[in-house]
Amino acid sequence: MNETLGLIFISIGLVFDLIGCFGLLRMPDVYNRLQATTKCVTLGTSSILLGVLFFKGFGPTGIKAILVGVFLLLTAPVAAHALARGAYRSGVKLCEKSVCDDYAKDALS
Amino acid sequence: MRNRLILFLFGLGLWFLLSWSLDWQHVLVGIAVSAFVAFLTGDMFVKRPGHFLSPKRYLWFFYFIPLFLWECLKANIDVALRILNPRLKINPGIVKIKTKLTSDTGLTFLANSITLTPGTLCVDINPEKGLLYIHWIDVKTQKSEDAARIIAGKFESILGRIFE
Repeated sequence: MNETLGLIFISIGLVFDLIGCFGLLRMPDVYNRLQATTKCVTLGTSSILLGVLFFKGFGPTGIKAILVGVFLLLTAPVAAHALARGAYRSGVKLCEKSVCDDYAKDALS
Repeated sequence: MRNRLILFLFGLGLWFLLSWSLDWQHVLVGIAVSAFVAFLTGDMFVKRPGHFLSPKRYLWFFYFIPLFLWECLKANIDVALRILNPRLKINPGIVKIKTKLTSDTGLTFLANSITLTPGTLCVDINPEKGLLYIHWIDVKTQKSEDAARIIAGKFESILGRIFE
């Protein structure tokens, strides 16, 4: 029972990670790529770690998996924010499809 | 002093979870290391120790976690569908929203929640004016107030109750 649940969660996680990689290839600019990778990879990896918890139960390994998941949820958005801000400040433009850019109007003045 | 004590207890709890053993050597090393870290960095991380004593904030925090996880799941499915759609339905742009939160922790949590929820990514924060610049994968409105309601509305009031 627990192994089946663990396998289900790990499979879901792998699918989301794969979709995140597709997003990295298909999206037109840095910011949209960050959107795809941050969200899909965070959920995918958390799901894999949850699967590990179901496999191993509440022991040393399972607890470590949950802690790693919590740290991932806390740090992945910060890393994405740092990358996006760094990209913008060093002059990476938004793609042509973009409809508005309020940041250029007042943040860089 | 109180902020160092809180950080010490937090560090010790984390140490027990990581080592998962009540052997006296583990306990001794845990106490020594948490005390050292708490002594060095106590006043950096815990600015207002009084907040840790009010049970209402914990209740709101435990209400926030499932809400946030649910939004996070919806965000993932939404973005995954956009990626897999052959026509790549995106309409990106950077919008500006205003927030009422002022504390560092509150702003950090708001920015993190925004980054992990549907199609939005926090690019920059201006803490003095309370402005957040959000990259939105599917811009529905360019008006600042409407965007604030759609993007941050769900979290802002709860986070205000927890961290302000």
